[in-house]
Amino acid sequence: MIIDHPLLGPRDSSEFVYLGDASLIDRPDWQAENAAEAFYDYAYLRDNPAGEHRELWFHESGDRSWLVVTRNTMTHEISKVELARDVARAQGRSK
Amino acid sequence: MTQGNRLSGGQIDRNTTLNFKFDNRSYTAHPGDTLASALLANNVRLIGRSFKYHRPRGLLTAGSEEPNGIVELRTGNRQEPNTRATTIEMFDGLEARSQNRWPSLKFDALAINDRFSNFLTAGFYYKTFMWPAAFWEKLYEPMIRRAAGLGSLSMQEDPDEYDKGFRHCDLLIIGAGPAGLMAALTAGRAGADVILADEDFALGGRLNSESFALNDGTAADWAAQAVAELSALPNVRLMPRTTVIGAFDHGIYGAVERTGDHLASLPAGKPRQILWRIYTKRSLLCAGATERPIAFENNDRPGIMLASALRTYANRFATTAAQRVAVFTNNDDGHRTAADLHAKGVKIAAVIDVRPDAPINHDYEVLRGAQVSDTKGRLGLSFVEIALADGSTRVLECGALGVSGGWNPNVHLTCHQRGRPVWNDDLAAFVPGTDLPPGLSVAGAANGAFSTHGALRSGAESAMKALDLKGSLPDLPAAEDAPASQTPFWYVQGCSRAWLDQQNDVTVKDVKLSHQEGFRSVEHLKRYTTLGMATDQGKTSNMGGLAIMAELAGKSIPETGTTIFRPPYTPVPIATFAGRMKGKEFHPTRLTPSHYWAKERGAVFVEVGNWLRAQWFPLPGETHWRESVDREVRQTRASVGVCDCTTLGKIDVQGSDAAAFLNRIYCNGFAKLAVGKTRYGLMLREDGMVMDDGTAARLAEDHFVVTTTTANAVGVYRHMEFVRQCLFPDMDVQLISTTEAWAQYAVAGPNSRKLLQKIVDPEFDISNEGFPFMACGNITVCGGLRARLFRISFSGELAFEIAVPSRYGDALMRRLMAEGEEFNVVPYGTEALGVMRIEKGHAAGNELNGTTTALNLGMGRMVSKKKDSIGSTLSEREGLNEPDALMMVGIKPVSQTDKITAGGHLMNATGPVDAAHDQGYATSAAFSPALDCHIGLGLLKNGGARMGEKMRLVSPVTDLTVEVEIVSAHFVDPEGERLRA
Amino acid sequence: MHDLVAITALGGSEPRVDTTGTVTCSEVPGVALASVAARLGREKKAAKALAKLIGTPAPAIGRFEGAPVAAFWTGPDQWMVEAPFDSHEDLAEQAKAALGDTASVSEQTDAWVRFDLSGADVLAVLELLCPLDARKMEEGDAAGTPIHHLGCFVLCRAPEAFSIYGPRSSAGSLNHAILAAMTSAL
Repeated sequence: MIIDHPLLGPRDSSEFVYLGDASLIDRPDWQAENAAEAFYDYAYLRDNPAGEHRELWFHESGDRSWLVVTRNTMTHEISKVELARDVARAQGRSK
Repeated sequence: MTQGNRLSGGQIDRNTTLNFKFDNRSYTAHPGDTLASALLANNVRLIGRSFKYHRPRGLLTAGSEEPNGIVELRTGNRQEPNTRATTIEMFDGLEARSQNRWPSLKFDALAINDRFSNFLTAGFYYKTFMWPAAFWEKLYEPMIRRAAGLGSLSMQEDPDEYDKGFRHCDLLIIGAGPAGLMAALTAGRAGADVILADEDFALGGRLNSESFALNDGTAADWAAQAVAELSALPNVRLMPRTTVIGAFDHGIYGAVERTGDHLASLPAGKPRQILWRIYTKRSLLCAGATERPIAFENNDRPGIMLASALRTYANRFATTAAQRVAVFTNNDDGHRTAADLHAKGVKIAAVIDVRPDAPINHDYEVLRGAQVSDTKGRLGLSFVEIALADGSTRVLECGALGVSGGWNPNVHLTCHQRGRPVWNDDLAAFVPGTDLPPGLSVAGAANGAFSTHGALRSGAESAMKALDLKGSLPDLPAAEDAPASQTPFWYVQGCSRAWLDQQNDVTVKDVKLSHQEGFRSVEHLKRYTTLGMATDQGKTSNMGGLAIMAELAGKSIPETGTTIFRPPYTPVPIATFAGRMKGKEFHPTRLTPSHYWAKERGAVFVEVGNWLRAQWFPLPGETHWRESVDREVRQTRASVGVCDCTTLGKIDVQGSDAAAFLNRIYCNGFAKLAVGKTRYGLMLREDGMVMDDGTAARLAEDHFVVTTTTANAVGVYRHMEFVRQCLFPDMDVQLISTTEAWAQYAVAGPNSRKLLQKIVDPEFDISNEGFPFMACGNITVCGGLRARLFRISFSGELAFEIAVPSRYGDALMRRLMAEGEEFNVVPYGTEALGVMRIEKGHAAGNELNGTTTALNLGMGRMVSKKKDSIGSTLSEREGLNEPDALMMVGIKPVSQTDKITAGGHLMNATGPVDAAHDQGYATSAAFSPALDCHIGLGLLKNGGARMGEKMRLVSPVTDLTVEVEIVSAHFVDPEGERLRA
Repeated sequence: MHDLVAITALGGSEPRVDTTGTVTCSEVPGVALASVAARLGREKKAAKALAKLIGTPAPAIGRFEGAPVAAFWTGPDQWMVEAPFDSHEDLAEQAKAALGDTASVSEQTDAWVRFDLSGADVLAVLELLCPLDARKMEEGDAAGTPIHHLGCFVLCRAPEAFSIYGPRSSAGSLNHAILAAMTSAL
């Protein structure tokens, strides 16, 4: 596969390491009332869609950026590639 | 007789004669020949025995689709089974042998199978070897394995080199026949970055096989001119002998270039084959078409070939399978073969055409409306029996029969991303569908444009379209433009032992039987009968099987289905996929800064991940590794030892939020760590299990050096980047690995300070007061070299780790050894390191095994509840905190001489020994020189409360039971007095 | 002045040089390196300070700039600074002094081994080593790429001259891969 890195352009997927569902960005608040339940969901439960999937890839042999890649699991078509840091910020993550 | 079947003309170099051997007999050939054409030229029709029935077989085709003519090539460790004679380019000294015959090709004992063919039908193995079950492993499988398979492996290591490479282009053209050449000319002249790949060594495809003209010259001449023009274009790369084996995602194509297969021997270091990964924006499949046979009774005798193959052998290779030839066809193309052979002086026995209106253009006999009903000939074709239109039978004598049932477009690559071909009624064939791999288009015969003019035109048009070129079509050479309609004729009615898949011995009868037994899906038919599952992947047989199935089911072919194709297009040696990654180059090797010194000292090395680390340093006279390791441990604990610990991961963590970041990464606190201090850190996974451990040294307010275990260095760095970028993107923290930048040595033992004082520049105070336990700092050594010093200890002794830039690591180690002579300094390896950490009760890889929590390791209280850190929430789960949770303990044998075995399970002193009564297990074990007995670490239920308990350590695997006592994991210096000295 | 003698990444006292056909592969130990990563919110100031250090604007994505102190882009707001070893052994200190608290600086000199690869047929060697399209690289281009499973940087110094930076501990494996590709291609 080819991943169109937002900064570097098209790169072979062999340069990347796959992590999984981009929902891993949404780490729960440790002080929330339902933290135990929320962390359980976060750590163990994943959707397994036949179709569009947002997933995390690490450009290990490149610029060491984490990327959020939107990939169709049926066709491997990649419709969007974003810097995970930008996505995390947009989703309200900070420090 | 030498090359008795040579004809005139052809594209062979008659000025040079090559010698080769087949089944140990010597023959001659010419450059330009394949092994197949050379065998035919030498009047050799019988080439092998079939898979199941051991029937005599010859060549069916002249290309890579060949199911029958497969041989063992070369000798010794270069012996390669199942190579297709039709694709082996002749070289001087070539040696090949027939396969699947014993004792000889002409007399094969297992040919008896042919007599029992009534039993050896589809599903024979499934039905026969059902029971008793115990017979399978001992009797049936060995027996079948002996009988099955074609060629044999050399059983030696492949001595050749294979490469992998990467190429990029704007347009990849697959196949260099008329469509591919015309496409390459069109794209190349427009300046596009083009790769033109073809599996053949001569570019031109069918143009090299035909007698007709293009413009004023022959088709082959035009192809040669086109190749010459393309060779002169700097933007076009020609890749002959290169098979594009697969179309992968996003414009990546796999291609195998056979760089050395046509050479008698390879120069040293040159690859035999290169596996190219080709990245292209657009690609054009011009793979042509494959002629399909007609099934009739006994249609597998040597000499019965595809009509187009006979024509290729005659026109390109100037040879014929026999001097008297018949043709059996359902279309006009078959007549071309007869005409071309006739023109070369071969006697045409007759053209047998199933059509009542077959054309008659020559002075040989055409039998209209006739069909071949049977054939005869023991080791090769002698006679064909013909059912004439009037119902009578006629027998013709001939040594070869060309068969033509029409043509199938080579759609294989269009299916590699789940695309399905579609049925074309005019052609009575599958053509590429619409769901092609993105960026791929198809031209020429592969797309159903069967005439030469049609192929040329579609090649030019497709190239223009692919590259979005404007303007009119380039001038095309004048070429034949015969109409391309085909009327299907798959098999002669009433035939039974008529072969569809010649390599796997699947007949019309087998297909009928499987239908009768209820196999309705093509995929089931394929697996039940093995039709199309041989090395040729059914290139000449799938369609026939499908057509018969459709007829039996009373459905059309497209309703019945199609089998889709997967990579690779033709077989690829495993060695080609491995490339250079074999032997010690299987993965990169990482060497420590003291490696060359350690090698000089005669160190024994061990692989730790990709690293090579010194395991121990044997001295002359030491005959057992234990002697060396015990000595290294004793000497270190008695005085001072040095160990290369560069392999531990080192990550520079900087930024104003560096401390806050470490607070998130580690379960214990780091915010309050003073500058100049080091702290042990425990890293959890989000599920609460321990991920890794190490130390973090605070070199400045905003600068830490974090260490990881050797094994997890890469993973921990990746994890930290994940936390930084994805979880806390607004933290001001920067990470970079410095593992390789610094050579780091542990200097351990009561004299370690004294030794270091001789190295560290005097302005740095490393006394216990000036540089206490867990201190760290930047220093200089040996008169001004920048270095880092950490007072940390894995061995439990007074110890330091000292780091200098890697290039000076070798010199520093030598200096430490020289300066340490007065203290009897000893270098120690990973074994002694392991012994000392077990003696001290430090958890390592065996305990940090992915299933243990901080609590299990006796560090439960380290997990801070006052802050958020990765894994802290889930580490509090009830199930992980039950009172009888596993706890790390020490294990000592009750009898001093007994041995502890890591992996052994702890059982109560009395009571049953089974899984239900399991109390825990030993994780690490070593002989302790300090205690003079074996000791171990283990994980024991409620271990903290069971000190002094006598238990049994049981290893059912090695049938071992040892009485042990549970003790503190800290066997040596439990109060930690030594490391604070 | 300290008295420890350095060895090269390949373990020699002198850098290794190999030539096959038109292509020469030289081990280059005479180079100092330091990584520069801008602090959060100080990216522009860091780029400016880096520009001052290298005497030319901080390199954009995929580029290297400057002489004798040069820098190449390694990641978002991250660069590797490169200078002659003999005159800049303390490059990290110099860089830290120049960048102050606008960036984090780490010494990287001995984290890497550098091989310079040059000659008329150098592209034929590179296409056996890495997925980069080196034919399209121009003077001043720099890119990260895997070679033999090692994370490397490839810098185009001139039309037929490239530098490869790879992990120092794997210098032997990387050198072997390069020499094998030279024998294979040339």
